[in-house]
Amino acid sequence: MNMPKSWRPYLTGALVGLLATLSVLVSTQTLGKPKYLGASTTFVRAAGLIEKSISAEHVAENSYYQAKKVKVDWQFMFVIGILLGAFAASLGDRSFKMEGVPPIWKKRFGNKPAIRAAGAFLGGIVAMFGARLAGGCPSGHGLSGLMQLSISGFLAMAGFFGVGILAARLVYRPGKGGKS
Amino acid sequence: MNDITLGLITGIIFGILLQQGRVLRFEKQVGAMLLQDMTILKFMLSAIIVGTVGINLLVTMGLAPLKIKATHLGANLIGGALFGAGWAVMGYCPGTSVGALGEGRWHAVWAILGMLVGAAIYAEVYPLMKSSILTWGSYGKITLPGILGVSPWIVIPVFIIALLFLFAWFEKLDI
Repeated sequence: MNMPKSWRPYLTGALVGLLATLSVLVSTQTLGKPKYLGASTTFVRAAGLIEKSISAEHVAENSYYQAKKVKVDWQFMFVIGILLGAFAASLGDRSFKMEGVPPIWKKRFGNKPAIRAAGAFLGGIVAMFGARLAGGCPSGHGLSGLMQLSISGFLAMAGFFGVGILAARLVYRPGKGGKS
Repeated sequence: MNDITLGLITGIIFGILLQQGRVLRFEKQVGAMLLQDMTILKFMLSAIIVGTVGINLLVTMGLAPLKIKATHLGANLIGGALFGAGWAVMGYCPGTSVGALGEGRWHAVWAILGMLVGAAIYAEVYPLMKSSILTWGSYGKITLPGILGVSPWIVIPVFIIALLFLFAWFEKLDI
């Protein structure tokens, strides 16, 4: 897409708002229930599917897996679609780039893929535990929640960004006394 | 159309828009948390402005229902805080992690694996959460217009104007 750089997030974001609206309309009309954008429940279902191959009994007995239903559904395919869409778009404008350590991380922790792997893995555990406790992620609570002016969305977003800002300051700016 | 096809198509379009918005990058996510680059907030809040009007129009016209997540004060805030801490280190959220992998940032694989483990751990301790944190401040499916006792069409213009002021401020600071 050719557009002034400063317009990019506003324009693409506005199109996501349109997509979210159309998704709710089309899903209500064709499936009989609205599909609001979200991603984190898919990680529960995927974890359940993986665990199922080891111990189907354990998954069947787990009350959370029972509540969330371990299966490939609309949102599961939505998340797979994100990967495919991003892949196609990045090939399309040649912004696809293999990256093992991102620049900000490299500056702070050095060019060591193993350290980055450990950070991403541990961060992922904490973040997903938090998202499930909060009942959603920046897509489900952030986008879909705020579009519906839901109180849970406002609360979760305050937690996401409030603590995210504090944590990023601690992790990436050591010894600067919290001053930017 | 079934839910599998519809989900896939919606996801592909979302993935293209996330990628073209450049919000899949670790630098953009952490950049926002470091208050240096507000790209992801501009993107999210633009989506929210359009989506708030769109979805509330659908509801007002009787074409679709809302689907509100219940408010659990304790869980929303504590879970939100834990997410924020993990997000800062991981540099991705659940949706953007798979998109980042799609545009070649393969270290997102570790984030995805970590999130699968986090989801599995949560499934194990869910009964404990259900009897503790999830009971703290449960108010059900409440919305801002609902608790104010007004029509959403009173709240929406105020909400949008506030977000536009925020955009103007970001542009003024050039972040």
